[in-house]
Amino acid sequence: MNTTRRTVLKGATASGVLAGLIAAGALRPTQVLASEWNKAAFEAKDTAGALKGIGAAAPADSKDLVLKVPDIAENGAVVPVDVVSNIPKTTSIAILVEKNPSPLCAQFEFSNGALPEASARIKMGQTSMVKAVAKADGKFYTAQKEVKVTVGGCGG
Amino acid sequence: MSSMNRREFLQLLAAASAAGFALDARSVWAGGTGDSLYDLKKFGNVHLLHFTDCHAQLLPVYFREPSVNLGVGGAQGKAPHLVGEHLLKAFGIKPGGIEAHAFTYLNFEQAAQTYGKVGGFAHLATLVKRLRAGRPGALLLDGGDTWQGSATALWSKGQDMVDACKLLGVDIMAGHWEFTLGDKRVLEIVEKDFKGKIDFVAQNIKTSDFGDKVFEPFTMREMNGVKIAVIGQAFPYTPIANPRWMVPDWTFGIQDDNMQKTVDEARAKGAQVVVLLSHNGMDVDLKMATRVTGIDAIMGGHTHDGVPKPVIIKNAGGQTLVTNAGSNGKFLGVLDFEVKNGKVSDFRYKLLPIFSNLLPADAEMAALIDKVRAPHKARLEEKLAVSEGLLYRRGNFNGSWDQLILDAIMEVQGADIGFSPGFRWGTTILPGQAITFEHLMDQTAITYPNATLTEMSGEQIKGILEDVGDNLFNPDPYYQQGGDMVRVGGLQYTCDPNAKIGNRIQDMRLAGKPLDAARKYKVAGWAPVAEGARGEPVWDVVARYLRDKKTVTPRKLNQPRLLGMKGNAGFAG
Repeated sequence: MNTTRRTVLKGATASGVLAGLIAAGALRPTQVLASEWNKAAFEAKDTAGALKGIGAAAPADSKDLVLKVPDIAENGAVVPVDVVSNIPKTTSIAILVEKNPSPLCAQFEFSNGALPEASARIKMGQTSMVKAVAKADGKFYTAQKEVKVTVGGCGG
Repeated sequence: MSSMNRREFLQLLAAASAAGFALDARSVWAGGTGDSLYDLKKFGNVHLLHFTDCHAQLLPVYFREPSVNLGVGGAQGKAPHLVGEHLLKAFGIKPGGIEAHAFTYLNFEQAAQTYGKVGGFAHLATLVKRLRAGRPGALLLDGGDTWQGSATALWSKGQDMVDACKLLGVDIMAGHWEFTLGDKRVLEIVEKDFKGKIDFVAQNIKTSDFGDKVFEPFTMREMNGVKIAVIGQAFPYTPIANPRWMVPDWTFGIQDDNMQKTVDEARAKGAQVVVLLSHNGMDVDLKMATRVTGIDAIMGGHTHDGVPKPVIIKNAGGQTLVTNAGSNGKFLGVLDFEVKNGKVSDFRYKLLPIFSNLLPADAEMAALIDKVRAPHKARLEEKLAVSEGLLYRRGNFNGSWDQLILDAIMEVQGADIGFSPGFRWGTTILPGQAITFEHLMDQTAITYPNATLTEMSGEQIKGILEDVGDNLFNPDPYYQQGGDMVRVGGLQYTCDPNAKIGNRIQDMRLAGKPLDAARKYKVAGWAPVAEGARGEPVWDVVARYLRDKKTVTPRKLNQPRLLGMKGNAGFAG
């Protein structure tokens, strides 16, 4: 996966969530697009490196972080992911795909009490665990679910 | 005849079977409206008739139920993963009679000669009319896989089935193979042919851009003063199991949350009975019934399981009945609910096998079918070869029809290995019967029929077998796709269904030698899901082979050696 700002933007725009936040004034575009780009985390080649890059080396499992992904991807090139954090004082949500060449797909920052929900379309080359990591009040939380990517055909 | 009760009638049939007599309609109907297989006493005040997965079989056919339908994980030893004697025992069906023949593969060849063909829309129409006469307001539900599976459905882009279903009086429909006609054709039928007549419902189909609904998720009807909601569920993995490019702007999926919202919405609008017309497949339906509450019955299809009685799932909202009504027009499910004080208080269910010799053809439907076939008659009835053995498809790993297709595509294309998809539709040919072009189309009539020849490494071959094996044997039903294992020609292997993906497929050998992960092999196949795939239609390849052979000797099935399946009630061996 070649994660670029363009794919992050594209995914977020399609969902309308990020666009909505910007329109509401909760996020300033420059904040999202430029100032927070975490090169080391996005270019990390494994999950441990990516987690370290966002400062979340050992996040705790949380049921208040709701990750919605399909059981089986209809199209590995555009897998819809939606994350909602019900953890108070959530300030960021990151989405990772463990088996992607660069696991960190997207990171969303929330400020001034913005509703911590993020949607994106991500690319997956193979069956993998998909992880959401939220930062709230200085601590990190995680939720994960396996998404199967199959060759297709042969059904029914 | 009029004094004969149901038990005596069945005994007569069993005796006739033992004596090798074929039954005809007259011998059963001569006495008038006697107590028979089809005189089902009315119960309650809400009535639902359900057929599913007829795969466009307008005429009566032979259809052999599977002898291998393994259940793994929590599904082991339970319906629908019961075959042969295990199924008879679980449902209290007497061996040797007409019902044992309908629900199992046991003694298939002889029993099929005795009881004759099953299904056929003209015979189904007669049964529907009879049941409706005794059940005012009854709704007829079509679970889908109706517009695909025959030559005439393919050539008319589903029109023959659309017209037949309108004449039959279908009220509500769900879908799966319908989508392989392409999104535009489906919308054309739903918006024009079905308008004001048949409601096509699907809660789990959304547009892939904004998640808008494509079809109505449910429809409300009133019957005998009771409000009923019927929700639709399309096959969740349509864009994976079938070509995604045919429905590029739609997403599917299981969508429990949205299902729960839909049920709640229907209840809020006053529904006293909520029924899910589902194309999930029975294992998925059984799991969904534990997670979604407020559904009185899931009337299911897709996995082609002829299950005589509903499975009752207790959940936080009470209970949900889960049924599955077989395939190829062989069965009609009849569900009667008694609704008292605004809710379901009791039910009766019967899955009726359609024996065409026991139900006279409805004249109007027979005329429509004749009209549909007339322009194609010569082509349909061409005799390609005579089969010496039984040809059938159903079974987890292989069927003799698939073996014949594999033998044909491998020989014609000069391949080392053959792959044929694990479809569950396709009719059965008795020993000595001629294979017509129509029969061949019953096995192959799809909109992406290309025969292919591909170079694949041993590693790729293993990857495909593991992938398909996981679609069948993943212990979590939500990861299952409801088809059978890809049929494999030439290559021997061992399969451990209980293992995890990556370890199920073992000891792959070609002519006794271990498969080399790095070496390339020539693999013949058909039904590619990728856009722009090329290749001659597989029916032309197989037809050429059959015309050349003239006689088809009994097939030797290439089946994997199984590990850990001893004593599994889904295994006949």
